[in-house]
Amino acid sequence: MEYCILFYETAASVAQRDDPAKAPAYWGAWGAYLETVRESGLMRGGSGLQPPATGTSVRMKAGKRHVQDGPLIDAKEQLGGFIILEAPDLDTALAWAARSPAAADAGVEVRPALPPMS
Amino acid sequence: MSQAAARGAAEAAARRSYGKLVAWLAGRARDIAAAEDALADAFATALAVWPDRGVPDSPEAWLLTAARRNLSKRVRHAGVRKAAEPALALLSAERAEDPAGPLPDRRLELLFVCAHPAIDPAAHTPLMLQTVLGLDAASIASAFLVSPAAMGQRLSRAKAKIRDARIAFARPAPEDIRPRLEAVLEAIYAAYTAGLDEWLGGDTRRGDLAGEALFLGRLLADALPDEPEPSGLLSLMLHVEARRAARRDAAGAYVPLDAQDVARWDRAAIVEAEAALGRAARAGRPGRFQTEAAIQSFHVARRVGAAADWSALDALYEALFALAPTMAAAVGRAAARLNAGDFAGAIVLLDALPDAREAYQPYWAVRAAALDAAGDRAGARAAYTRAAGLSGDPAVRATLLARL
Repeated sequence: MEYCILFYETAASVAQRDDPAKAPAYWGAWGAYLETVRESGLMRGGSGLQPPATGTSVRMKAGKRHVQDGPLIDAKEQLGGFIILEAPDLDTALAWAARSPAAADAGVEVRPALPPMS
Repeated sequence: MSQAAARGAAEAAARRSYGKLVAWLAGRARDIAAAEDALADAFATALAVWPDRGVPDSPEAWLLTAARRNLSKRVRHAGVRKAAEPALALLSAERAEDPAGPLPDRRLELLFVCAHPAIDPAAHTPLMLQTVLGLDAASIASAFLVSPAAMGQRLSRAKAKIRDARIAFARPAPEDIRPRLEAVLEAIYAAYTAGLDEWLGGDTRRGDLAGEALFLGRLLADALPDEPEPSGLLSLMLHVEARRAARRDAAGAYVPLDAQDVARWDRAAIVEAEAALGRAARAGRPGRFQTEAAIQSFHVARRVGAAADWSALDALYEALFALAPTMAAAVGRAAARLNAGDFAGAIVLLDALPDAREAYQPYWAVRAAALDAAGDRAGARAAYTRAAGLSGDPAVRATLLARL
């Protein structure tokens, strides 16, 4: 079964990415985590995301396009990235979620993926 | 009296006597879920009534009476069902023998009910944590890293089984104790470590769960003086307890055993731990908890200046692995060899472990240190990375990454 693991970060954590004093620890932690997930052979894909402010959202309302800068939904917890994990059960997926640096930050959500449409 | 004062008194009573009250009520109704519901309703009534009438002299007795009333009402409502009749008969027959003095402690009986072989073994420890120590399903789910919904289902299935199979709420016969004892010991130890983790993490909302577990451990060791493992567990918990304060420095950072200030250890607890281990050893039946306590005892002796005989520690780990062949015992043994300076021996032990080691964080941490000691920097770096990647604790992760 495939699970989508969504990593949420606080704004302070995301800011560490570009802070010369804190960036090595930030990237070191994520690098070690992702390397370890890859070694497990369970990873099916995923990506880190640039900060929410870099996003652009579009909505169709009454036949009219509304384009806005920034994320569709503003929240304290920012989606920092995700991976797709092939795991035998939820417990396994939760164990991998709990090991991520985001678990001790804003939090991690584990969502079972829908089976592929045939 | 204010709402807040009533709430405070109810919460204090819950902390002090929740497990005792559930154990007593469940023993009467032979139905844990019904006992918990009746008690929850009694707490709700207390919050509504105490602000006006004041907190009763004995909140515990008040809650017990209210919960019993709820329980018999519930049974009467369900009275058409044949299944309820024995419970109803039991309730009325035993009303006469209400406890006059302090509430008798039936928690040990309840622990053994929860460890009954007819119940799904995966539910044993969670069930004991919930019914006897009053942890909610969400906290238990967090401790076991499973979803709260799944944990809630597992718990209610187990309680239904106890009710429907009419599992007896009595101290099991001596020959039935031993097969259930391991699950009871596991649960008490799990409660202790969960409480300790909370305390180390600075979370004291639930009061002193570790202290509760220690209390149950003492109760069990006193109740079963002929069984060595309860004393072994008590000794293990006391050894860990003795070092509790020394595990955090002034800034709250983790202090490993070898860096701890021995003066901050609780000497009385160590003396009691050693006495419990001595009592257990006299039975001449070694077990997992006695061996783990002996390992703790070794480290205490070593830190207070006794010459460290590392081969003795190696023998203890070998015995532990023979008793309980877990990854933790095997990796512990490798770490002990590494401590003794035998990094090649440590690597041999680690290489022999099965594939499940891949996701076991301590395996990678010990492997990294052993490879480092052997001068294999590249191998050590890769292993430190894996150890850091598997650790959910930011402080531990940072320590490991610093060694890259």
